[in-house]
Amino acid sequence: MDTYYNPADLAKFSTMGEEAPDLWQKFMAYYGAVFENGALTAREKALIALAVAHAIQCPYCIDAYTQGALEKGANEAQMTEAIHVACAIRGGAALVHGVQMKNVAKKIGF
Amino acid sequence: MNVNVTSPFSQLDTLESVGIKTFVEKLKEIQAFPLKSGDHINIMQINIGKVCNLSCKHCHVEAGPQRTEIMSQEIMAQCLQVMNDHQIKTLDITGGAPELNPNHQWLIRQATEINRHVITRCNLTVLNDKNYAHLPEFYAEHKVEVVASLPYYTQKNTDRMRGDGVFQSSIEVLKQLNKLGYGREGSDLKLNLVYNPGGAFLPPAQQGIEADFRRNLLDQYGITFNSLYAIGNFPVGRFLTFLQKSGNLQPYMEKLVAAFNPETVSGVMCRDQISVSWDGYLFDCDFNQMLNLSCKPKHISDCKAEDLNGREIAVHNHCYACTAGSGSSCGGAVV
Ligand code: SF4
Ligand code: SF4
Repeated sequence: MDTYYNPADLAKFSTMGEEAPDLWQKFMAYYGAVFENGALTAREKALIALAVAHAIQCPYCIDAYTQGALEKGANEAQMTEAIHVACAIRGGAALVHGVQMKNVAKKIGF
Repeated sequence: MNVNVTSPFSQLDTLESVGIKTFVEKLKEIQAFPLKSGDHINIMQINIGKVCNLSCKHCHVEAGPQRTEIMSQEIMAQCLQVMNDHQIKTLDITGGAPELNPNHQWLIRQATEINRHVITRCNLTVLNDKNYAHLPEFYAEHKVEVVASLPYYTQKNTDRMRGDGVFQSSIEVLKQLNKLGYGREGSDLKLNLVYNPGGAFLPPAQQGIEADFRRNLLDQYGITFNSLYAIGNFPVGRFLTFLQKSGNLQPYMEKLVAAFNPETVSGVMCRDQISVSWDGYLFDCDFNQMLNLSCKPKHISDCKAEDLNGREIAVHNHCYACTAGSGSSCGGAVV
């Protein structure tokens, strides 16, 4: 193995069903239902998935949901904005934890 | 003239070289082989020439300004005769840019005289050329249905596929068509748009993308239209070359196979149409034409009803593009 992440591995995802087929089937049924048109459109969900994929930095999901969002009719401007949402939340989350730093510093300081 | 065009044989070799289950095997699996056309053909799609003012990246015809193939008036007359003899109701004119054939208007006049419904496929930009600027009015006068390609509702995506300035030019022509009543509510002048994916991915659900086009074109440019057809990119011609060169061929074909939807098979367009090449040869569809996959009646000069109807269709691996997801045809999604 040259690298931990290999694009060809995405196609092997279903091998995760080999040892636990019931759990796999339940997961896939749930997964499929999540992405159907509902109160949110399938496209909105694909854009959320793309943003989350960037937040969790999963290359498989980035590959899959870049294609997925395009195939739901999204364009790169919309996809870029979705990633900025992920970025803002991740950055904001880091920054807001600065309040904890301040709390600790205050507690132990004079 | 030296025209850089992919040979149909090498295209078929390429389509065969991809490691996928063949389309024939797939049809056999669902007991749909051989695929046959219906009892009656309703559409004759004729490709009146490969000359085009554009050279789009997804073009299966590999059309462009350097091409020279043009249908003669004699072949057109033979097509009309066959339409008349076999009660084929709709004439669907395609190309290249059909407008660049000097007999395009003659063909439309003749077809409307024998009461045929006429569709002309249009890249819009050609109508901005002063030599063709009179055509929107001519179309309106003859109640021609215009099917216009506009791959996306933004400039960036459209120009990336079709060339700089194409989006803006298309918008101007769409406004003009609207002014004549095309695509306006209550008008019988039909203006349908065609979306194509901007690369090696499948088209979105037609309804959703149609709503996006409608909202964006209306809000930004005041443009209206009747329907949007979401048509997939076929692994033929220039798009096949792109797939090969960019390393997308195998994954794209796998994607098409994975999205195979058996429900689309009975509605694929070849079951209801016959396609004629610029030199009068007959094919099951425009894609087969570019791959030189001939069909039973060989030439328009020798075309009998019993050959047209219930004919065995020459399927190959590119047919997966017709059966992926909701299906794809010249009239958009199939199911
Ligand atoms: S896709 Fe249409 S407009 Fe573009 S080059 Fe081909 S025939 Fe011309
Ligand atoms: S590509 Fe042509 S022959 Fe094949 S299914 Fe589609 S319309 Fe029929």
